[in-house]
Amino acid sequence: MASRRTNTLVIRTPEGYAFSYPLAGPAARMLAWFIDLFVEIGLYIVLSMLLSPLAPLLGGLINALYGILVFLVGIGYGVVLEWRWGGQTLGKKALGLRVMDNQAMPLTFSQVLIRNLLRPVDSIPAMYLVGGLSMLLSRHGQRLGDLAGGTVVVASPRTYEPDLSVVLAEDKFNSFRAWPILEARLRHKISADEARLAAEAMLRRETLHADNRLQVFTELADHFQSLSSFPQEATDGLSSEQFVRNVVDSLYRPMVQKAKNAKAPA
Amino acid sequence: MIIDLRQFVDAEQPYWQELESMLGMLETDPAWRLVRHERAEGQEPPADYLAAQIEQVRRLHYLYERASADLARLDTFCAQPQLRTHVEALVARAYAVIHVTAAPRRRVRPVHWFFNTFPQTFRKHANAFWLSLTVSLAAALIGALLTAIDTEGKPTILPFSHLRGDPRDRVKHEEQQVQNPFAGHKTEAAGMYMTHNTRVSINTMALGITWGVGTIVMLFYNGLILGSVTLDYFRAGEGTFLVGWLLPHGSIELPAIFLAGQAGLVLGRAVIGWGDRHRLSARLKSVAPDLVTLIIGVAVMLVWAGLIEAFISQYHWPVLPYWAKITFGCIELTGLVLLLGFAGRSDAGDADG
Repeated sequence: MASRRTNTLVIRTPEGYAFSYPLAGPAARMLAWFIDLFVEIGLYIVLSMLLSPLAPLLGGLINALYGILVFLVGIGYGVVLEWRWGGQTLGKKALGLRVMDNQAMPLTFSQVLIRNLLRPVDSIPAMYLVGGLSMLLSRHGQRLGDLAGGTVVVASPRTYEPDLSVVLAEDKFNSFRAWPILEARLRHKISADEARLAAEAMLRRETLHADNRLQVFTELADHFQSLSSFPQEATDGLSSEQFVRNVVDSLYRPMVQKAKNAKAPA
Repeated sequence: MIIDLRQFVDAEQPYWQELESMLGMLETDPAWRLVRHERAEGQEPPADYLAAQIEQVRRLHYLYERASADLARLDTFCAQPQLRTHVEALVARAYAVIHVTAAPRRRVRPVHWFFNTFPQTFRKHANAFWLSLTVSLAAALIGALLTAIDTEGKPTILPFSHLRGDPRDRVKHEEQQVQNPFAGHKTEAAGMYMTHNTRVSINTMALGITWGVGTIVMLFYNGLILGSVTLDYFRAGEGTFLVGWLLPHGSIELPAIFLAGQAGLVLGRAVIGWGDRHRLSARLKSVAPDLVTLIIGVAVMLVWAGLIEAFISQYHWPVLPYWAKITFGCIELTGLVLLLGFAGRSDAGDADG
């Protein structure tokens, strides 16, 4: 078991490309498990209600049938749903989680069955303590069932586009627009997280205390300036906040324009 | 580097849509072919058909590489997370379809599976079975020795109250019961036996993840109880009753537990990785289908054993003569040995056994 934990599963293809999946954290998985537990308890109650009217007809058979069905639901709930729903149970679906092969191959029935059959070991001594420890210690947050089945649980990425139409009004001057190569270089050098951070800072600037506002935008501007060289003419007389606004405009303008065009009547 | 995003998307979108369409067909039906040819029995496909097939594969690979290159270019355009996610998902799906090594899903054939795949898998890991059996028999011997040496220690070893008393009293009580003690709720008892034993078997297999130690502990404990009970009944002169009682269901149930132990030891060996240079995840993945085959086989055996235990084993002399029960158990055991030892030998699946 590797100890260097990561929150992303990166797949590098033989062709030299890479793609990644964000791994689900223990808290999200625990919540999904709670939902599944409640669903399973609900199923037991429904089974009991469905079978009880048949008791006079079936006699002792009813208890045998109920015992076997409870056993099958306990074992089969996770297996059937994960197999039929592409790695999701109701709990996982609700929280946007999914079981997948640890090498991004199609999930096989063997993998689904093995990861579910190992639940008793993961749940030793109670509340998935062993499984939780294994998740904390393994590199890709895998419980023992995941390790045996060769699976990981990933979170479906939830991307969002900040509404920057107010901040990036078309009539606002951006000195960077005269330098398309600079804008392209910024889009290349700045990560998606950094871009979102700058956009959020622009959107929430009015809520910040004056000192904090100055500090936040100074730090952001310094960071962006360290990523690329800026022509003197493009940055002359710009405050830190104006500098960051220009960066955000350069990054998000194509997206905002595209959204506006899509909304425009044909 | 992308300079004009709109131009980039307009240029690439038709390729993404074509790839998505091909992937959709391939994921629904792995045997899907763009160009179909209805081949008559024994007739070779024409050359132009094969050429069209190869062209289709080339096209899929081209679209995959193009989408991968687009993904790399989108990495240089930070403000389009949704577009990037879309192309990334497309590349991931294409990667899985192109690089998949597992055989495509086949129709389940239960009879073929039971008479071929299951015994072949058993023989493939025969060493693990012999180790499982050896641990159980050694534990049984120790259980018998402990019971022989320390007669007062019986309650410590035996977990079930009905086994702790004097065997003679138990036999007398059982033989006085003309009716099955489970009469009226035999099916309930059968259900209980099946689910309990299957749960024990699953745990025995699953504990293999503890480098096989947990599996060995489970096998040892089961063996200990078996040895202690066996000696207790034989010492009391009730060996015939014991064999007649245990053999009808035990001839299947006990081997099923040994097979669950076999599965656990296969898992444990994969975790340890003796003489195997593959990574842990690769080792575990390679044994997963065999573990599933073994544990499903065990479950089938335990369903049978549960029915026999509830409907036959609990009847004793004079309702059912012991010789009949023992003969029935021996026939079952012979059948099981023939199944696991010889069934499916002519099938290609035994080649790697």
